[in-house]
Amino acid sequence: MEEGVVNEILQGPLRDVFDSKQLITDISGSGNNWAVGHKVFGSLYQEQILEKLRKSAEHCDCLQCFFIIHSMGGGTGSGLGTFLLKLLEDEFPEVYRFVTSVYPSGEDDVITSPYNSILAMKELNEHADCVLPIDNQSLFDIISKIDLMVNSGKLGTTIKPKSLVTSSAGAVKKRHQKPFDAMNNIVANLLLNLTSSARFEGSLNMDLNEISMNLVPFPQLHYLVSSLTPLYTLADVNIPTRRLDQMFSDAFSKDHQLIRADPKHSLYLACALMLRGNVQVSDLRRNIERLKPSLQFVSWNQEGWKTSLCSVPPVGHSHSLLALANNTCVKPTFMELKERFMRLYKKKAHLHHYLQIEGMEESSFMEAVSSLSGLIEEYNQLDATKSMPVEDFPRLSIAV
Amino acid sequence: MSIVTVQLGQCGNQIGFEVFDALYTDSHCPQGLCSKRENEAYQASCKERFFSEEENGVPVARAVLVDMEPKVTNQTLSKAAQSGRWKYGQHSCFCQKQGSGNNWAYGYSVHGPRHEESIMNLIQKEVEKCDSLSGFFIIMSMAGGTGSGLGAFVTQNLQDQYSNSLKMNQIIWPYGTGEVIVQNYNSILTLSHLYRSSDALLVHENDALHKICAKLMNIKQISFSDINQVLAHQLGSVFQPTYSVEGSCHYRRNPLGDLMENLVPHPEFKMLGIRNIPQMSENSLAYSTFTWAGLLKHLRQMLISNSKMEEGIDWQVRPPLSGLPTLGKASLNRGLHFNMSIANLVILRGKDVHSADLGGFKDSALYTSWLEPINAFNVWKTQRAFSKYEKSAALVSNSQFLLKPLDTIVGKAWNMFASKAYIHQYTKFGIEEEDFLDSFTLLEQVVASYCNL
Repeated sequence: MEEGVVNEILQGPLRDVFDSKQLITDISGSGNNWAVGHKVFGSLYQEQILEKLRKSAEHCDCLQCFFIIHSMGGGTGSGLGTFLLKLLEDEFPEVYRFVTSVYPSGEDDVITSPYNSILAMKELNEHADCVLPIDNQSLFDIISKIDLMVNSGKLGTTIKPKSLVTSSAGAVKKRHQKPFDAMNNIVANLLLNLTSSARFEGSLNMDLNEISMNLVPFPQLHYLVSSLTPLYTLADVNIPTRRLDQMFSDAFSKDHQLIRADPKHSLYLACALMLRGNVQVSDLRRNIERLKPSLQFVSWNQEGWKTSLCSVPPVGHSHSLLALANNTCVKPTFMELKERFMRLYKKKAHLHHYLQIEGMEESSFMEAVSSLSGLIEEYNQLDATKSMPVEDFPRLSIAV
Repeated sequence: MSIVTVQLGQCGNQIGFEVFDALYTDSHCPQGLCSKRENEAYQASCKERFFSEEENGVPVARAVLVDMEPKVTNQTLSKAAQSGRWKYGQHSCFCQKQGSGNNWAYGYSVHGPRHEESIMNLIQKEVEKCDSLSGFFIIMSMAGGTGSGLGAFVTQNLQDQYSNSLKMNQIIWPYGTGEVIVQNYNSILTLSHLYRSSDALLVHENDALHKICAKLMNIKQISFSDINQVLAHQLGSVFQPTYSVEGSCHYRRNPLGDLMENLVPHPEFKMLGIRNIPQMSENSLAYSTFTWAGLLKHLRQMLISNSKMEEGIDWQVRPPLSGLPTLGKASLNRGLHFNMSIANLVILRGKDVHSADLGGFKDSALYTSWLEPINAFNVWKTQRAFSKYEKSAALVSNSQFLLKPLDTIVGKAWNMFASKAYIHQYTKFGIEEEDFLDSFTLLEQVVASYCNL
């Protein structure tokens, strides 16, 4: 809802990729106010948005999925973004809605980000098929790790250029001019790997609709923690099995997750492993067998693995792995968000900015919080089952 | 008589390619170990069953390829065409763009009715090319959405439309540690539907095939291609021509019919498994020699101890005359179980077949009491060797071999069902909790029946 970013894209190297007729901008922005984004700009631009969406959809032989990419803490991405979600659900009910959401980190500089995030969460709960939460702090930590590796100059370790999960133009040494470019590249790679099996051939394909089918056991629990490995490739040509196995181990370590989460010490509801490159089914099986004992799965889904093998590796790598986990380790992120919200809300700080927008009342806030509390409670209940012994339900008995 | 193959989904199509390739390669194998005339008769018989003629002499597989997304079928069609030896019909393929999302309900309730006409038309065209139809061979997996759901729908349609023809479904039992999270749901829905509409279910387990690749074929990095090739080899050893009667030189005309007649005496028991011996990498083959006595001894023990390959056989297991419990009667979890058979068919190919002694298989202790061994056991032979094996034996059996895996899948699906997990994904497309309960009931019945043999 302000022109700066879009204009930059239109002047950048990808300007020919985007159809300028499919761009909508305004002047003043949403002022980091969810209500402005959702209610004001939502109603203002609804028709325009719908028209452009319909035009894009017409070009598709078979429309399967929408990707919504936004942040939770601001005004436009958060407010207008979630308005769009509802619009898509009404207009294209059969098409999946995948949302990549950047959650505000602890040291976020937007004061109202907790309000914006909670209000947006309610919409995500109700209208998204699948959400991939990301947070900036984790992305930043990953960058730091890579920088450390690159600059440490360890004996015999030279990084293949272009192989960094953060690289865009390929040069390893060039300091990125914008601080977020490297971090954003990680998310870009996430989306690339997510769609690789749908775009390229492989011995075990996985489409986007399969992600929702396998990883969302109950409609509300659709938040997936993602991790990408490897972060870089050393310049050795040989890939001994040990390194391949290391890739699998890393996918489950808390340092590789794209939000602050530790899946290994929480409860798994389901897990998907999407492999690219020269990885075969025996490597996959070996690693699942190896890692399974250290992971806790919910009682009714003890073997809850969804796997896919795509033959084409990402640029600069010989193989890669994207792990998506439906895991109770998202709970702390949501709980923190709720706490930060409550701290602001108790003081009624900045509330008037929202309440002065038509359609916003205090009840909107209360509903949003209770929606989030409900979600947290669901995760709590699942966590409670963690230490219980796995019991089989008594089977149907047949008269012989 | 001809067999029309229907390949469904990624698994079905990938396997189908390997099967036709194996059949073609074997039938054009120069070392048939028999006379030229013999070899030509074998080739002609194989051709009649599985291939039809094209103008420029390239055989065309009698197959229909179905998938709900185009990548795999495109790959399969081009791989066959590029080989230059055989190919698929240009218009034998039906595909869509969106896939089935691993959702049985989507495959069965949405894709099925939507594409019924197109798919059945394709099959009809293929059937019309046959002089006479032995039946249908449907290749599908149970874990996914297209093979399983659409496969079940197509089989039902075949039953309605071609009620006089036989249907054999080649189904792939998924790995125990998941490939697809909802594989147990998809499997029980598939099995219960197929049980009502198919004539026989030929089951291959991914875990077993994987072990064969690892232990017998010595493959280090096993790919699905390797697994499918082992499977294709096993199917080839069953479906390639054999003599019709002891001592005759004419090839059997109706393979499907004869298989069913020999192996499926009762509609409650239709799950068949294949064991094949020997199986090894080409390198090892060069250094091995076999006797029929040795091969058959191993094969028999593989049967009664429910082993899938000739390594690691448990020689302690004996038929119940020694007082051991059968697989079913004791608790399903104990070791040392004897695998009771309903019917067995041994197929021998190669040198000196006529000298092979099959007495071990005629032992009445191997079989249930309601069939005499003379009816429960059959043997088919041909002098013509199969693939690169001077002597090879295949065993197709209707036995308790699938009892434990079936029980396991039903148990896991039941646990998930009791927690209501993922059910909303199925009810969204018209498969209700009742349908699940029907499937569970039917399968518990099947488990109980096999258990009480």
